[in-house]
Amino acid sequence: MSHDVYVALAYGITAIVIAALILWVVLDQRARRTELSELEARGVRRRSALPPASGTDHGG
Amino acid sequence: MTTTTAGNAFTNLANPTRFLNLSGAVLPWMTGITALLFAVGLFMAFTAPEDYQQGVTVRIMYIHVPAAWLSMMCYTVMAISAIGTLVWRHPLADVSAKAAAPIGAAFTFLALVTGSLWGKPMWGAWWAWGDARLTSVFVLFLMYLGLIALIRAIPDPSRAARLTAIVILVGFVNIPIIKFSVEWWNTLHQPASVIRLDGPSIHPSMLYPLLVMALAFTLLFFTLHFSAMRAEIWRRRVSSMRRRAAQAAA
Repeated sequence: MSHDVYVALAYGITAIVIAALILWVVLDQRARRTELSELEARGVRRRSALPPASGTDHGG
Repeated sequence: MTTTTAGNAFTNLANPTRFLNLSGAVLPWMTGITALLFAVGLFMAFTAPEDYQQGVTVRIMYIHVPAAWLSMMCYTVMAISAIGTLVWRHPLADVSAKAAAPIGAAFTFLALVTGSLWGKPMWGAWWAWGDARLTSVFVLFLMYLGLIALIRAIPDPSRAARLTAIVILVGFVNIPIIKFSVEWWNTLHQPASVIRLDGPSIHPSMLYPLLVMALAFTLLFFTLHFSAMRAEIWRRRVSSMRRRAAQAAA
């Protein structure tokens, strides 16, 4: 096998793995933001987003 | 008074909302600079002269060496995060360790594969189990996979964080072994040629492309790490909000 093929394979595999990593991060972010938006649209709020008077627990 | 101010600044930085705001502002810049560095680095890598012994296969070095550096740097980031989890209970420390593990596994995989693709034409072998550098990096890859499995196996997040942090710190012993394996043992893998007490032993025509590619890979790592941390913070918020919604409905 020509040495060029080893170089091409190394760069090709690196490009695929990095593209897969980027895709995973982008899709994961998008999915989580969609879930957050859906919960907020249903009126669910995070504890820290509630006004102080409405909460009785002090867990942060 | 000064201690209190410093403490407040630390608490502010440890705040996930503040991290989301700051990372949201810097990530577009980091993405742009990473892309630019890769364009320049790849141009330099493919216009650099061929090595008089290795020929064209020297170009594999421009991706293999940065991937190998990152495999160790990522684990070091995880070890610092583990200390943050165990000692200071930093709210972002566990998020950081969890987000870094799959990225570290990917870069270690790349270091192993590109090293193997360089080894076959140069050494005449894809792999040598007797080589301490190769074997210790393979152990690092297995450790990343084990940590990912451990994080996913424990349902209680705070227990998972503490256990993972302990395992990360125990496993950190492998990092100096990887780094100094080429000096401690007589290995097939060549010794360090960039970070040396007497300076780099690579000709500048190959050293500069390597350094630019290393910078590009490093910035790529931090861009991916910050992005994965943001996703992890949102995942925890979703989980917390779902629990609240379930409690309210009960």
